[in-house]
Amino acid sequence: MGKTVLMQGNEACVEGALAAGMRFYAGYPITPSTEIAETASVRLPMVGGRFIQMEDELSSMAAVIGASVAGVKAMTATSGPGFSLKQENIGYASLAEVPCVIVDVQRSGPSTGLPTSPSQADVMQARWGTHGDHPVIAISPSSVRETYDLAIRCFNLAEKYRTPVIFLMDEMVGHLREGIELPDESEIEIISRKMPESMDGDRPYKVKEGEYVPAIPPFGSGMRYNITGLIHDDTGFPTNSNEEADKLCRRLLEKIEKNVDDIITYEEKYLDDADTAVICYGGTTRSVMEAIEKLRSEGVRVGMFRPITIWPFPEKQIKELSKKVKRILVVEHNYGQLVREVERCADEACKIDFLGRINGTVIPPTEVYDAVKEEA
Amino acid sequence: MSRRLDLRLSGSGGQGVILATIILAEAALLAGKKAVQSQAYGPEARGGMCKAETIVSDDPIWFTKIQTPNFLLALTQQALDNFAGNVSDDAVIMIDSSLTLPKCLEGKKVYSLPILDTAAEKVGRAMTANIVAVGAINKALNIVSHEDILKAVHMHVPKGTEELNTKALLAGEALLD
Repeated sequence: MGKTVLMQGNEACVEGALAAGMRFYAGYPITPSTEIAETASVRLPMVGGRFIQMEDELSSMAAVIGASVAGVKAMTATSGPGFSLKQENIGYASLAEVPCVIVDVQRSGPSTGLPTSPSQADVMQARWGTHGDHPVIAISPSSVRETYDLAIRCFNLAEKYRTPVIFLMDEMVGHLREGIELPDESEIEIISRKMPESMDGDRPYKVKEGEYVPAIPPFGSGMRYNITGLIHDDTGFPTNSNEEADKLCRRLLEKIEKNVDDIITYEEKYLDDADTAVICYGGTTRSVMEAIEKLRSEGVRVGMFRPITIWPFPEKQIKELSKKVKRILVVEHNYGQLVREVERCADEACKIDFLGRINGTVIPPTEVYDAVKEEA
Repeated sequence: MSRRLDLRLSGSGGQGVILATIILAEAALLAGKKAVQSQAYGPEARGGMCKAETIVSDDPIWFTKIQTPNFLLALTQQALDNFAGNVSDDAVIMIDSSLTLPKCLEGKKVYSLPILDTAAEKVGRAMTANIVAVGAINKALNIVSHEDILKAVHMHVPKGTEELNTKALLAGEALLD
């Protein structure tokens, strides 16, 4: 391990992305994600990459898709209002199977809302922001060091599954500076998209029996093919065949569904003997953990479950957890979004409570402490 | 010395209070302590009320926002009036001497120092007020050594301004003599 450096969450996002091989960034700056664009504009030229500030969020997302289609690992970053604008092209990347990373440093909404204030209210937008049944991966960091590590993971998953990955940050972590030690480059696992065995043929979207991710070569590398947002066959050209539509849509969804054990990661703390489990994610974790450490020191049997992968949702793990504890308290900075997923997955005998906040301020540890104590 | 410092620095946007908290956090890391820094400001980039915070601790820091600071710096009357109501009983207060101390802070340990004038007149650049404040804060609270705070200043000020900012830091420290 190297020496400790003071780094901001947003900066760590860029450093992690660069370590993963990001060489293209297109974006339109927006608080509280602006430092990502700033840092990328300084750092990318140093490693032979390209930075473009586009005229808006729609074109930023389109540019990222274009870069990725040419074979370059690409990222954009935004906040809620811009995330809304990127949704159409996120759907395109999803159907066309273009690997890319979209960072959303969440702030208070709706609309332009409270630009500098924390929130976690884009959880459902990350899942359903773009229309149609589509696969999605969304990941949420709770510290500056984890932001670095998970930025790498976002790229790895995007490349491995050829899908857009949402890096669902929040203002609390994005604007946080803390001392971190960066890993040695040799310790970092980097995954890059699979190339086809041969450039011959015209079926880039064809997958082998039992496989889910096609090995599509970058444009310009020899194979001639089409990319479209329409339902297409293995050549990439549009088709109206209902049989092809069913085959493609199922494969897209199943490539995530069949690999949830590879995609889903989570953290558990003090759950072995816990009666109450607090579920939280992202920056909220900091508040929750301070409360839990205090409660534990007083002998309260409380633990924490933190989904790191928000989408696909850790259904199996929540089901198991709900059988182990009597009560689950979901804490998130919104009006109640992930709590509904918890309710959907949890055992009926387990009581589900919710603690949220939508006024642009952070839930303090005292409030988590009181909410746990109410019934402990 | 095992104590936790919850430092809240406030002023108006453009005065550099965010940079001041970054330098204090960096210096604490250099001294082997744990530190986190965060900030909040209005959507306007300059002139709005600005608040930035650094927590320095020997123990791991979970919650990163300060609920009740035990140190408050205010460089404008608006910031002072806004943040005066929420400080710990044993809080140390540092204000620019041009400001009027609100009633609720009477009886506290208060340093009223000519931070803005020192930057403008003694250092010769008004914009170094944040570094003058860093010098004064570190001296008053004895957070890290002069060497560590100087190193942190040099890590974060623009290249070519090291000499000017060293002068500002020393001038800030001298306010406590």
